[in-house]
Amino acid sequence: MRNAAGREIPEVLAGLKKVVPYQGPFAIRPEGRLTGPKIRMEKPRSEKLLKSIDQAIDATGLADGMTISFHHHFRNGDFVLNSVIAAIARKGIKDLTLAPSSLTDVNEAIIPFIEQGVITAIETSGARGKLGRLLTAGTLKRPVMIRSHGGRARAIECGDLQIDVAFIGAPACDLCGNINGIEGKSACGSMGYAMVDAAYADKVVAITDHLVPYPLVPISIPQTQVDYIVEVEAIGNPKGIASGALRISKDPRELLIAEYAAKVIEYSGYFKQDFSLQLGSGGASLAAAKFIKEKMIDQGITASFGLGGVTAPFVEMLEEGLLQAIYDVQDFDIPALQSLKNNPKHQEMSASFYANPHNGGPIVNQLDVVILSATEMDIDFNVNVITDSNGVIMGASGGHCDTAAGAALSIVVAPLLRGRLPMILDRVNTIVTPGETVDVIVTERGVAVNPLRQDLRDNLKEAHVPLVEIQDLQRMAYELAGRPDPIQLSDEVVGIVEYRDGTVLDVIRKPQ
Amino acid sequence: MLKLRRSMMFVPGNNPGMLQNAGIYGADTIIFDLEDSVSITEKDSARFLVRNAIQRIKYPSEVAVRINHIATPFGREDLAAILAVKPDLIRLPKAETAKDIQVIDAIITEAEAKQGFTPGSIKMMAAIETAFGLMNAYAIASASSRMVAIAIGGEDFIADLKTSRTSHGSELFVARAQLLLAARAAGIQAIDTVYSDVNNEETFITETTAIKEMGFDGKSVINPRQIKLVHGIFTPTAKQIQQAERILEAYQTALANKSGVIALDGKMIDGPIVARAERVLAYAAAVGVRKEADK
Amino acid sequence: MVQIVRSAIAGTLESNDIMISIAPAQPGAGIHIELNSPVKNQYGRQIEAAIRAVVERYGLQDILIQANDRGALDCTIEARVETAIVRAAKGEA
Repeated sequence: MRNAAGREIPEVLAGLKKVVPYQGPFAIRPEGRLTGPKIRMEKPRSEKLLKSIDQAIDATGLADGMTISFHHHFRNGDFVLNSVIAAIARKGIKDLTLAPSSLTDVNEAIIPFIEQGVITAIETSGARGKLGRLLTAGTLKRPVMIRSHGGRARAIECGDLQIDVAFIGAPACDLCGNINGIEGKSACGSMGYAMVDAAYADKVVAITDHLVPYPLVPISIPQTQVDYIVEVEAIGNPKGIASGALRISKDPRELLIAEYAAKVIEYSGYFKQDFSLQLGSGGASLAAAKFIKEKMIDQGITASFGLGGVTAPFVEMLEEGLLQAIYDVQDFDIPALQSLKNNPKHQEMSASFYANPHNGGPIVNQLDVVILSATEMDIDFNVNVITDSNGVIMGASGGHCDTAAGAALSIVVAPLLRGRLPMILDRVNTIVTPGETVDVIVTERGVAVNPLRQDLRDNLKEAHVPLVEIQDLQRMAYELAGRPDPIQLSDEVVGIVEYRDGTVLDVIRKPQ
Repeated sequence: MLKLRRSMMFVPGNNPGMLQNAGIYGADTIIFDLEDSVSITEKDSARFLVRNAIQRIKYPSEVAVRINHIATPFGREDLAAILAVKPDLIRLPKAETAKDIQVIDAIITEAEAKQGFTPGSIKMMAAIETAFGLMNAYAIASASSRMVAIAIGGEDFIADLKTSRTSHGSELFVARAQLLLAARAAGIQAIDTVYSDVNNEETFITETTAIKEMGFDGKSVINPRQIKLVHGIFTPTAKQIQQAERILEAYQTALANKSGVIALDGKMIDGPIVARAERVLAYAAAVGVRKEADK
Repeated sequence: MVQIVRSAIAGTLESNDIMISIAPAQPGAGIHIELNSPVKNQYGRQIEAAIRAVVERYGLQDILIQANDRGALDCTIEARVETAIVRAAKGEA
């Protein structure tokens, strides 16, 4: 069947009870009640601290066919996911569904356990490198389920993704299982993604390298949600968890794109006192901070809040009073996590608060402006951030479609050509964010406004940016690079891209 | 209309990535360099690369090529390859005599005839990089009707003077002033040298402001990030534009009324003032702060 | 009409460039192109056509070409092939 994004979706997809096609960003009216973990009880003065990960796995009752989860705040410095899965494999447990909030390059260590059948299904935000190639090859028993951060929170809360055991890397943890992410040698900052897992998993294991006496304050994940605690040597490599301060690019092309994006914001109609803003951590999107900041200072405008994955340039804006608050689901560099620790205006939030479309109101709904990056875009403004030009999984859905849907103005920044590859195609290989939620595409050779946004088209006439139609951008790219031959795909579905509301937006087919 | 050359951006000729993106930054002129930024062993490959880029990529700016000096083994080969694809402008480095210009002029004339290009359509400019060259600056500037600008090549010039670069720029003051005089005497543009410390925006702005005030028409830049700064300095303020518009208006009215003496706000308006006002508006139009059609 | 008398290289492995290595081949061997490119699926056909066009323009019938592409545009590819041919043909001192 054909969904509202124009994609051909199979009637039946392994892993989904019912295939509901995408119908538009807010078409689905959810029904029913939220789910919840099994009811627990704990007698006074009992002991949660166990001796080893092995012991914790036994204590949770983990068995063949269950679902386990992890969070990716430790990014490429993560030790938890790999070591827990190795321990599970040693016990001979098989056929697990792995449902981490995302997978990074470091997780390619689990490939042998996928090949051995320890893990036979994956539901996550994305994957890269060898792991991405493996998933694209169709090695799993069913297609990998790709969800956005908001979509994952929704799926967990409504029971679409039922987690049997959540393993939570805890930078600081007390003897009763209170956790925060801002202390300890492996501090990662916000625990936003893990908060949802902790609240809904049947069993929760905290794995920490910084066990502290009771009580730990502040608390990000409370003791009421934690069953077991294991102390280990290290839960991550600090160098991989948070980089030194992310600096604004000096690449002139990225700066040019960023400058255009800032002008788009300035003239969009949304650039006024108390507007709100989210910036991606990618080159041009981060660089936009520099130009927006200049405009805010020049015009005496301050923003009500900044949102997102947090980086040093954003923290600087908070400290300079240009942002009144930051809401933080994940931290990318050391200044960001120090700010979360020290600045009361820097607020941690869960993935559900951030982006879940099916709650009383995620903060993305309050967002005025978001700047996002893209792997590919097409003439219908659809954006792909999950598969590369050869159709191989190499990215993550992240908060892309959540913020695009929530924000009043969603701007996608990308170079028109990467190497020889034009970034504006007839059709993106995979849709992650539907074009109807993307308002402006900014490249170094032109700025295209979605025809759905006549108001923006009018406002941007004065912006001193090269306004063109999206077809013109594509033509410019093809004039330079030539029209690319389409990649050949098989019929085999190796991935499902779920929209944030639980409908099927697209499927990933195995390249030939 | 006045052809603006506020920013003339050098692009290393043997770098395909830079060549393909050279047009996006809004430089008034792009100068593809076959000379100093290309090693002796890569002169041939840069020449083919630049030729193909000019032929195949649409650049929104004026396209210039800095060839190797005509006295080197490379200069004539550069011209043979590049002239076939009709660059807007040929820039000669280290010009010292009018003869240098005349030799190239003749080669261009021949190429234009052979290729069927409009005679005189390919322009020339020259960089003065030695004291000897500077002594001949006027002769160089007026050596050919193709000549549209002369530039000062700072680093080589300073080496020739046996001094070094300072932050206040007094070492170049006389040379700049002399170059400017020669350009104006010949009725062509004067372009200042590059400033190579890309991260020092402050000194770059000071230097560019100074040369603009001296009367220079533009500056050579080596990094796209410098373009916006130059254009900012060469952009007239709203007040200057308004004043220029009023001057021209008063002038037009006076012409229409055939009145001999023109005055505005009690001050006499004469030829130089009108010319300056026109120049202000030309720059304003080029940066889009004022529409060309108003003229 | 030129003659390939030795092997030669042109271009670099920087992004947006292509490194072309050419070598003489036995008479009757034909034009052999070995292409390595990150965009082979999308542009392999066009890259080979661009290389072949230059080779044929120089009237060469027997030649071995190794092309190590880093996302070069056709105008770059053609310039690098031409440079390599000229270098191989004249025989560098």
